[in-house]
Amino acid sequence: MDNGLTALQVLFTETYYWITVVMMFLIHVGFCTYEVGVSRRKNHLTTLMKNAMVIPVVGVTFYLFGWWLYSAMVNGPGITGGVVTSRFAEPWNELMGAHMGGKPHGTDITPADTALWARLNGVFWAAFLLFSWTTASIVSGSIIERVRSGAFWLIAAMLGSVTWIIDAAWGWHPAGWMVQMLGYHDAYASGVVHAIAGGTCLAVLINLGPRIGKFRADGTPRNIPPQNVWLVCIGLFLIYTGFWGFYAACNIPIFDVQPGEGVFWSATNIYLQATTLSAITFNFIMSLCGGIMAGYIMSKADPYWTFSGGLAGVIACSAGNDLYHPIQAMLIAAIIVIIIYRMHYWVERRFKIDDAVGAVAVHGYAGFLGVVAVGVILWGYPSSPDALLGHAQPWARITPWGQLIGAIIMFWVLGFIPGYVLSWILKKCGVLRVPREVELAGLDYLIHATTVREDDEIRAVLLKEARQPAAAE
Amino acid sequence: MRTGLIDNWGGNMMDIGPLYPFVGWEVPMVIACLIFWVGWHYLQMRMENRGLESEALMLRQGDNLLKAVQAEHTPERM
Repeated sequence: MDNGLTALQVLFTETYYWITVVMMFLIHVGFCTYEVGVSRRKNHLTTLMKNAMVIPVVGVTFYLFGWWLYSAMVNGPGITGGVVTSRFAEPWNELMGAHMGGKPHGTDITPADTALWARLNGVFWAAFLLFSWTTASIVSGSIIERVRSGAFWLIAAMLGSVTWIIDAAWGWHPAGWMVQMLGYHDAYASGVVHAIAGGTCLAVLINLGPRIGKFRADGTPRNIPPQNVWLVCIGLFLIYTGFWGFYAACNIPIFDVQPGEGVFWSATNIYLQATTLSAITFNFIMSLCGGIMAGYIMSKADPYWTFSGGLAGVIACSAGNDLYHPIQAMLIAAIIVIIIYRMHYWVERRFKIDDAVGAVAVHGYAGFLGVVAVGVILWGYPSSPDALLGHAQPWARITPWGQLIGAIIMFWVLGFIPGYVLSWILKKCGVLRVPREVELAGLDYLIHATTVREDDEIRAVLLKEARQPAAAE
Repeated sequence: MRTGLIDNWGGNMMDIGPLYPFVGWEVPMVIACLIFWVGWHYLQMRMENRGLESEALMLRQGDNLLKAVQAEHTPERM
């Protein structure tokens, strides 16, 4: 911080990420609002607590090991190299706490490390943590009204602090092996956040089973409508708002993107490839528009699916929204929303999957198809600025097969398989699903029963008091 | 007695590193954090399992379950 330009760059970047964290917090507010709105009255409080507690559970685990995994696992490990030493992200490192950026106290880091990371480590950690909360929250909604909260929080810790961050190291880190070898490109996390969360949702739903009453004896599904459509729509609006912060946090606000001689300051995407905030603003809004319009038509103006269509539209285009034309983004969003809407109901009927909020479709299928779409629409583009990163041999370019393999890794390999194994273990231990009686009576039964009993007691006391003659003045 | 490395704020800023107290105790603090996290899950799951078991037992008695399901449709009592 000893020269003006460096100080400006670092302090601006620090402030920028800090603001994105505040904006992204709205995603979690939105998820809680949305989930409570979908759940029936008898399950409101447990549903709220289940999602709200993602904040501390994933927060603590992401501090302990999640952040370290992002830098450590870029090579697989074992695919393009071993585990990478990333001292600044070790939970016992002095840079994982308040630090002025001057002389290091320990011997394992250098003054250059402290100068760079003292002001950026906390805000980068928090931005990635907010992505983690989002990833875990996606699963929360789909399994409401019958899952045990404790089981979900273990799944949240696995997804939020282990599996998703490994996929981010592979396909989102500028040096990730998928970026190098497959030409994987997923600028705003269609696969890295949404497809993996959708895959995990599907796996847990298979082991969890449907809510009692969801399917008729002949196997046809009943519609369990959202308890409060207003609340659901407000929740989705809040998620849209927080999504702006999500997009902003996937960028680096100011970076010299000129390889070799010369200087060219620009914002970059997550791969350090030059982009502009205008580009993603065009595309975010147009993909939102395409998704909402398709959702409206497909659902015959159902507010729940119209709003969800908007979210799915953005998710479907996120992988390529740094490079698409806005009209391309709109059309891709609309087409993918039509597909995922049909897939949701087909999977529900065919496999008896009770996804209470349509998360597998909105996040999983839309994310998967969004990654695949990049392979066709951006075929031949460089996946990342390998020259800027100092690599003599160019890395793989974007291809349909590279993106398809990438989408399979996100949804199935890192999403479905770990989710299935953990939820199967929890099921075998008898701690995945609440007892039948509790599900029927409602997860908040005891809380309500206690409230009613105490209310009756207070009423009796007040009635007794009212029958007493008034004391003489 | 002092718990941190800061003597005063008037020296060379480039000499100031960690700001938090008890520098050098990071590994024990991480171990404490790990125990806190694992311990919380253990206590939470024990608490939840006991709560759900007793709730299920209560609902199995008499017509409690029937009343509870019927009460879902009487919002003023829920």
